[in-house]
Amino acid sequence: MAENKNDISRRNLLRNGFFGTCLAGLGGLAGLLAGRLGKTRTLWQIDPNICIACGNCATRCVLEESAVKCTHDFEICGYCEICFGFFEPEPYDITEGAENQSCPTGAIKRKYIEDPYYEYTIDESLCIGCGKCVKGCMTFGNGALFLQVRHDRCLNCNECSIAAACPSGAFKRVPAERPYILKKVGHA
Amino acid sequence: MIRFGHIIIATAVVVNLCAVVSGRHGLPARENTAKIAAPQRFPPPEFESGYDLPPSPAAPHPRQSIYEYIDVAVLLAALILASYLVLKMRSRRAIFVLMVFSLVYFGFWRKGCVCPIGAIQNIVLSIFDRDYAVPITVSAFFLLPLIFTLFFGRVFCSAVCPLGAIQDLVLLRPVSVPDWLASGLRVFAYLYLGLAVLFAATGSAFLICRYDPFVSFFRLSGNLNILIIGACFLVVGLFIGRPYCRFFCPYGVILRQLSRLSRWRVTITPDECIGCRLCEDACPFGAIRKPADEWSATEYVRGKKTLALLILLLPVLILFCGWAGARFKNVTSRMHSTVRLAERIYLEEAGEVEGTTDASLAFRATGREVKDLYEEASGVRGQFAIGGWLLGGFMGLVIGVKLTAVSVWRQRTDYEADRAGCLACGRCFKHCPRERLRLSKKDKAIS
Repeated sequence: MAENKNDISRRNLLRNGFFGTCLAGLGGLAGLLAGRLGKTRTLWQIDPNICIACGNCATRCVLEESAVKCTHDFEICGYCEICFGFFEPEPYDITEGAENQSCPTGAIKRKYIEDPYYEYTIDESLCIGCGKCVKGCMTFGNGALFLQVRHDRCLNCNECSIAAACPSGAFKRVPAERPYILKKVGHA
Repeated sequence: MIRFGHIIIATAVVVNLCAVVSGRHGLPARENTAKIAAPQRFPPPEFESGYDLPPSPAAPHPRQSIYEYIDVAVLLAALILASYLVLKMRSRRAIFVLMVFSLVYFGFWRKGCVCPIGAIQNIVLSIFDRDYAVPITVSAFFLLPLIFTLFFGRVFCSAVCPLGAIQDLVLLRPVSVPDWLASGLRVFAYLYLGLAVLFAATGSAFLICRYDPFVSFFRLSGNLNILIIGACFLVVGLFIGRPYCRFFCPYGVILRQLSRLSRWRVTITPDECIGCRLCEDACPFGAIRKPADEWSATEYVRGKKTLALLILLLPVLILFCGWAGARFKNVTSRMHSTVRLAERIYLEEAGEVEGTTDASLAFRATGREVKDLYEEASGVRGQFAIGGWLLGGFMGLVIGVKLTAVSVWRQRTDYEADRAGCLACGRCFKHCPRERLRLSKKDKAIS
């Protein structure tokens, strides 16, 4: 019986030793992390200068309706009469008919301002972030349309599933104070 | 019934492996004419009518950071409460209520993100990547459960973890899994942890988040494959208690080791064990250890020999597994986007594949040299070779230590909860007659 007791106390000594080591280890890790702490948290965002509008944003988001939506920067926009963000590449007619529009949900509204300028506005409630208009505007226009993560919708997953599928590496973590990356205005 | 259980486990393992292996094989080839950083071709309009431009793009604000501090506060409060309920109040019902609360709050309300399991990867990434700073709330999510486990056992698993809670709720007909099988299956959890650390350290992917089986349920949307894996876990979980927690959870592996050293832990009986054996079947997680006699002299000698042999074998096992791990660098490194891209570009350059992918087009549009990309990719592969050695060595150590468990024996006089495996769910209390006596005495004292 005495032997047994010794055995137990030896085990307890070891256990206490390991306990202390683990506690010190956790403390050390906490200290290390304190040194590496971000002043701010980060959010996911698309760098519109790298984005190729592949269309993954519409389908890869964990949300049923993607957190990514199209943004229109009016200062970059050329107010083109024939906007390839709005129209199919080879439209049947230059009218607002659904068959001529590139947007699958008809989320872009075309409004006459004055000859020859038209204004295009995006109805965000309809936009699914597919980037069809973005690609059209990038290819033929000023690139005034671009995709951005809407932070009122984004769940800020630890690993963004769109980022994991992004072919161009345009998704990055950005500081929460500046959660949007807008394009620079600079006409040719 | 047990054989049926085995089949279910095997199915779950195969399904999970298939999902991991099939993964995402890059993207389908597709015509793509987009150019990066499109020029601004047209001048801004000059309105004669004096039309003013509408305001700049809308930029809705993110969720305020105060809510993340509230999450940490809720986590801390839940951990304190769970420790009290498990160790002091000893009420399965109260633990159950807290568990449901955690499932609703951390799971369905906060959509299962960020969780301590996934936080492992943020911590690892912040250690290896100088540019990545881990947010304070994520660090707290990682460290708090570890500290509580070190003091009070796995109270986090019992009533705070939403992944554990959803599995605990569906456990209807527990089937016991033999110890050797459970121990063998746990190797997956170590491997999962090792791979998650490897991929996080190399900045390839957050594996744990990508294959989080229940997050689709919490969000009621998401990837179909993950939904199927989650459903499999829940179906298996009807019969086998908490299959993800016991055989796959990478955080659980860390908690197991800390729980071995915990200051206070679950005791089945409030005072003395009368050896009634009523608790034997109470635990659905196979975490109750039966009393055991001392080894006989012959068995003792044999055990000693086996132990010596296994200890000698350990370095061999570590080296072999490390070597084998490094062999896999070409497979594992494909998780890194640079390596994937470089392989695709190589195939395209060599004319072995037709067409392009979105990724290869995006790369070519940047105008970067192909040689640069190859160099970067081989650098990443080098990291994976080192990582493979470490991961393999770690797995060798795990397997070796698991084998030595065959040759050690612990004498026990009472029924006890296994220090490492006990998830502190509180089911065993209910079955203990001494506990019932304590409760009835308490009731009398109150009335």
